Amino acid sequence: MHTVISARDTAPMAAEGVARSDAEASNSAANRKFYKARVPIYPKMVQGRYRRIKWIVMAITMAIYYLVPWIRWDRGPFSPHQAVLVDMTHERFYFFFIEIWPQEVYYVTGLLIMAAVGLFLASALFGRLWCGYACPQTVWTDLFIFVENLIEGDRSARIRLAKESWGSSKIAKRVSKHATWLIIAVATGGAWVFYFTDAPTLAHDLAHGTAPIGVYAFMALLTFTTYSLGGLMREQVCTYMCPWPRIQGAMMDNEALSVTYRADRGEPRGPHKKGDSWQGRGSCIDCNQCVAACPMGIDIRDGAQLECINCGLCIDACDEVMLKIGQPLRLIAYDTDANVARRARGERARFRLIRPRTILYSVVLVIVGSLMMFGLSTRRTIDLDVLRDRNPNFVTLADGSVRNGYTLKVMNRADQGRDFWLTIRGIQPRAVNLIGVGNVSLPAKLAVGPDKVRTLRVLLTVAPHDWQNSHQRILFSVADAEHHETRTVRAVFVSGDPR
Amino acid sequence: MATQKERDQVTGTETTGHEWDGIKELNTPLPRWWLGIFYACIVWSIGYWIVMPAWPMIHSYTTGVLNHSQRDDVAAALKALRDARAAKEHELDGATLEQILKNADLQQFAMAEGKAAFGDNCTPCHGSGGQGGHGYPNLNDDVWLWGGTLEDIQRTITVGVRSTSPETRSSQMPAFGRDGLLKPEQIDDLTEYVVHLSRRTADAKAVARATKLFAENCSSCHSNAGKGDRQYGAPNLTDNEWLYGPTREDIHEQIWSGRGGVMPTWGGRLSPETIKALAVYVHSFGGGE
Repeated sequence: MHTVISARDTAPMAAEGVARSDAEASNSAANRKFYKARVPIYPKMVQGRYRRIKWIVMAITMAIYYLVPWIRWDRGPFSPHQAVLVDMTHERFYFFFIEIWPQEVYYVTGLLIMAAVGLFLASALFGRLWCGYACPQTVWTDLFIFVENLIEGDRSARIRLAKESWGSSKIAKRVSKHATWLIIAVATGGAWVFYFTDAPTLAHDLAHGTAPIGVYAFMALLTFTTYSLGGLMREQVCTYMCPWPRIQGAMMDNEALSVTYRADRGEPRGPHKKGDSWQGRGSCIDCNQCVAACPMGIDIRDGAQLECINCGLCIDACDEVMLKIGQPLRLIAYDTDANVARRARGERARFRLIRPRTILYSVVLVIVGSLMMFGLSTRRTIDLDVLRDRNPNFVTLADGSVRNGYTLKVMNRADQGRDFWLTIRGIQPRAVNLIGVGNVSLPAKLAVGPDKVRTLRVLLTVAPHDWQNSHQRILFSVADAEHHETRTVRAVFVSGDPR
Repeated sequence: MATQKERDQVTGTETTGHEWDGIKELNTPLPRWWLGIFYACIVWSIGYWIVMPAWPMIHSYTTGVLNHSQRDDVAAALKALRDARAAKEHELDGATLEQILKNADLQQFAMAEGKAAFGDNCTPCHGSGGQGGHGYPNLNDDVWLWGGTLEDIQRTITVGVRSTSPETRSSQMPAFGRDGLLKPEQIDDLTEYVVHLSRRTADAKAVARATKLFAENCSSCHSNAGKGDRQYGAPNLTDNEWLYGPTREDIHEQIWSGRGGVMPTWGGRLSPETIKALAVYVHSFGGGE
């Protein structure tokens, strides 16, 4: 990784020791043409604070992605020991201490709401932090560009290679680049599947080639998407496919932090000759290094734009130049539109983090988070569903009694098998028949296995003098043996009232 | 023919040189990847002709090297299904109905098979939930013309009712009115008597007049108390269940014309195992004895 900004003899100079790059903002809205094919972008490698942060974030996010499935979590002998597991076969979702059944999908909804509001809040405070640092598209594209840089060289070398005619050296470079990309892509798809099955078992099966066909299919699918989205499509995903750049327009205001070219300081821009005064002109020497470094192919000096993912690489590129020409750093910086205006008016720049919208987002976040925590901490380990037979709706017996059938699903979310007690209130049945068990007296004992659902058909027979009306509300309850937990579900007993 | 390639000013794309009313056609050929796939498909199809059945002939078709046939696939899949079920079917065949109920595994198998067979064969008359209808018995309740034990149900399914089987269950209620066996006023009295039997208010005088009539004409099948007799398939007249309706008009019509439904014999059409499974399934509706 060489990042020396060298003045080649032929290159025009922007200032003493700083070559003017011929980089063009090919992906900025003004330069995109309907009929034109995509102009490839060759981002130049930079060094600096934001590049460093990006490396660190990449390391952390990748570590999370690859290591999480391998974290073990003891849930007793009847449940899987994987901390994070989406168990499709058994219809369970495990997340450390949380276990969610399909009936509790509202927790997932809550999680998604929190993620969305969290994203809104982060956008209102710090702009598109997600886009610039944490989004998988950004992280993997960054990794792919790093590989490209390693194999084919930096920006100018890559441009030269692209123009070169096909020869052994070009073929070798291209083949090794795409091969490395594919290896990364396979590893990406390969890690994804571990979230859905017990990781060590699946790793063993994969090593022996005995994993289920679906696993290979998903690996192939994710290999394809990683390779094409991260390697081939890159900034087009953000510009054309992703809805977030559109949404964030509504989420940001002029007090939100975003990568900003401080026009008040930079303009009027122009090349600077050694010895010339800096009076009466801006600090921008129009060297285009910010454009060359941009992975999105835009010019940050055009102002905030949809295509900008706020990764801060242009800040690093500009700072290197500012250091060289002896001007103050951060001509491009994380700043707000409001501050640029304030400086232009001669006021002091300030950051207003507490604004109505950030307060609103925070309140929503706290409310949803509290609801989730409350829900999870008071989550029932016992649940009951009652489905009344509708075909036939009710059955009249010879003596005038009426029978209704119900399908009960008794759920035991605990790690061990338990005995539950079934009671029925609101009506006095003459007979309670559990299909497969026989006639029982209430409360009836039901054994339910660990982390299991027991499905039972119950027939209630009620004598004519024991119902009040044709549709009588009744209550089914299941309670654990110690009566710590009870789950009561409303149902209806239909007699048609033939009396 | 244009000797020099011309470019459209707006799009910068080459034109084909074709012009209609001043509008020139842009030369935008198919994408190369598309063409590549297209040619690959052509090559693939040639291989397909050789390997797979492809061309129709006058009396047959080219079978291809693999000699593949979807018809054979279906036959093989059905055979595989039969083989997979064979062990359980055999077990079902050997087990008595009581044994099936005791063996949870076998019961589940019987229930699954019974449910499918019921849906295919029984629902047109008895309804998908076995709820029956006017003239078609409800299989959910505890009223059985021919008995509600597993064996009774199995036998009824096997031989049918008023069916073509020589062993069919059969009962024939005379058409007292239509055939002139009783006078209309006698039938009116009998109607009141039957209403009285089911513990409803009836004309006491008519009931008194009909007592002798009932003993002479009806009790041989329906018994003196009107409780019916399963041996003859005679329904109980004292309960609240009426195959042809509970009103005086319904009862009058039944005495007048002596209706009786037909259930086909399923022995010989369905395998004995399937009939066993059906018996277990129908028994589980809740009315089984």
